[in-house]
Amino acid sequence: MSDQKVHDWIGKKVAGDNVVLFMKGTRQFPQCGFSSQIVQILDYLGVEYSEVNVLDDLGIREGIKSYTNWPTIPQLYVKGEFVGGCDIIREMFQDGELQDLLTAKEISHNKQTLTA
Amino acid sequence: MPMDQNEIVRLIKKKLPDADISIRDLAGDGDHYAATVVSEEFRGKSRVQQHQLVYEALEGNMGGALHALALQTSAPES
Repeated sequence: MSDQKVHDWIGKKVAGDNVVLFMKGTRQFPQCGFSSQIVQILDYLGVEYSEVNVLDDLGIREGIKSYTNWPTIPQLYVKGEFVGGCDIIREMFQDGELQDLLTAKEISHNKQTLTA
Repeated sequence: MPMDQNEIVRLIKKKLPDADISIRDLAGDGDHYAATVVSEEFRGKSRVQQHQLVYEALEGNMGGALHALALQTSAPES
């Protein structure tokens, strides 16, 4: 696939599904610790999401980086908008900001906060 | 391929001269770092935009020579 085709495909994917995680591996078998952390957070919050395993397609693996001008994977999208990679999502989750964002975007989730 | 800690600081400073940077080599292998960057440039920007500034500063090394850099960014407390 050309860059443009990959970007079109990503654009349709993130517009079509409410929450999309581009990750290495699958939610059952994450292939990278950073991807695994976001899976754990989404599962903890009981969010429905679709995942794209970038290891299945080199075009998407590279294309997702130029799509957002973001050099690393994982990447989380909510309602078509890029929210962040592992560090940002973890920080937002710990601060309760991720839960607020999901609420604002009307995405159902458990309204749990982290209890230390 | 590892990247030297001083080189990371130098590149960030080049882009964000006022930055206050603390950096830790997490695994001692020159390949997994955690950095905290505080700069006035970050004020009013989203977290994504703040991290993008740092990635730009690293001139394409992020995701290449530099495998893992856990980032925490903020503007100085005023």
